Amino acid sequence: MSLLDHHPSPIARERAAYRKRQTVRSVLVAAASTGILGTLLVVAVTGSPGWERVRQSFLDPRIGREALPEILSGLWLNVRLLVFCALGALALGLVVAVLRTLRGPVFFPVRALAAGYTYTFRGLPLIIVIYVLTLGVPGLRLQGMPPVLVLGGIALVLTYGGYLAEVFRAGIESIHPSQLAAARSLGLTYRQTMRHVVLPQAVRRVAPPLLNDVVALQKDVGLVSLAGPIDAVRAAQIATAESFNYTPYILAGVLFVLLAVPLIAVTDWVTLRAARRQAAR
Amino acid sequence: MSPPVLSCRGIRKVFGGQVVLDDLDLDVAEHEVVALIGASGSGKSTLLRCANLLEEIDDGTIALDGEHITDPRTDPDLVRRRIGIVFQAYNLFPHLRVLDNIALAPVRVHRRDRAEAEAQARELLARVGLAEKAGDYPDRLSGGQQQRVAIVRALVNSPRLLLLDEVTSALDPELVGEVLTMIRDLKADGMTMVLATHEMSFAREVADRVCFLDGGRIIEEGPPEQVLGEPTQPRTRQFLRRIIEAGRLQVG
Repeated sequence: MSLLDHHPSPIARERAAYRKRQTVRSVLVAAASTGILGTLLVVAVTGSPGWERVRQSFLDPRIGREALPEILSGLWLNVRLLVFCALGALALGLVVAVLRTLRGPVFFPVRALAAGYTYTFRGLPLIIVIYVLTLGVPGLRLQGMPPVLVLGGIALVLTYGGYLAEVFRAGIESIHPSQLAAARSLGLTYRQTMRHVVLPQAVRRVAPPLLNDVVALQKDVGLVSLAGPIDAVRAAQIATAESFNYTPYILAGVLFVLLAVPLIAVTDWVTLRAARRQAAR
Repeated sequence: MSPPVLSCRGIRKVFGGQVVLDDLDLDVAEHEVVALIGASGSGKSTLLRCANLLEEIDDGTIALDGEHITDPRTDPDLVRRRIGIVFQAYNLFPHLRVLDNIALAPVRVHRRDRAEAEAQARELLARVGLAEKAGDYPDRLSGGQQQRVAIVRALVNSPRLLLLDEVTSALDPELVGEVLTMIRDLKADGMTMVLATHEMSFAREVADRVCFLDGGRIIEEGPPEQVLGEPTQPRTRQFLRRIIEAGRLQVG
């Protein structure tokens, strides 16, 4: 019987009808429970004795509007810094991870250096790295010293490069040795095997944790404000100090979340697409 | 007379204190098909991996067309370009389409023009009835189709020698035939092959010579009718009896 002129048996129709009823029921139950929980939360918060005070000092629309331009210009700094630091840290992490996989006595110093780097910078608090680079390094008074913002960016790249290197390395090591054997048996050199067989699979496999670290980086780029540049959080802090009202912080927080949403969506999309493309029928 | 395509002398390979290959000798002449049989762990796969320099031997020499490829001064990448190997688990690259799996080595290793390499890959795929699968990812193919792609991938390098490592062991019985047909055609084309196999009836049909491995040595070798039909060694007889009991070889 062909696909088109197949008539479901009564029992199949009954099953389909039952499943449909169950689906409708599930949707209704989900809607009801969400509604009840939401109402309870709103009642609990707005009905609390201190709600009026909290609303005034955290959710004041006027103060939010006044602080918005400063916060947005700070956020623009975050965005620019994020783009450069993310690209830099991804590149550095990838290079370090590949260096750590090199075998052979010639590469011992490179391997040791790469390992030492990941140990150091994953252990070292970011704030200390930023202070050393933005305050210590200019103290050397060398010629052609880059601006503080660049030095702060380097501190971020160094720190996150360490995390990302380990993520990349986990990905590289997760590729089954039979893939290497297949590639080498075709005459590909170690480099070609890495470039065309191991890394494409490894990067795809660790894309979610990589982008997860990029989202974390997005929140940490603001720490360059320790050295002077004004990012969104620092701008909010300044606005708060002027008005004794915390609304700018809430505003900055909301903006950060909005900024993260596309990044997270991209992560999910990349993962899904890779899975779907390779999935069995 | 020209030297054998593959010549193994006194091969020894030890894995973690266990001797896997023990003073093993094997010559494979041009256009010859040699089947390696023997129980799991008898060293068949290890021998193939050693011949392709995927494993380093602990003693002995391996020569390809008279050239000592186990000399540490030879470039293993150059040697592997002349030897094709097909694995039990296909080992296709899951992130590359079928066509790219096949064209990877010609383009990257042999520096051939991509369009030309792809055209050749398509032609080879068409010859094994997989033309319409060129754009698919390997996971969308059946096991038999994947293994045929893996064989094409090894052939596109025009190897001197093709090593087949239990290429049908991971396949459902009804898919074994399509892979064996392909190997039969390769023999007809004169390809020099060494195959490790559990398919005794296939070994009998396609092989010029059958070698029975036990404990890392070839303890019996000869024409398939003799080794599989009238084995002289007790170990060979015992092994074949078990195979017959398991229904993998028809008696007679």
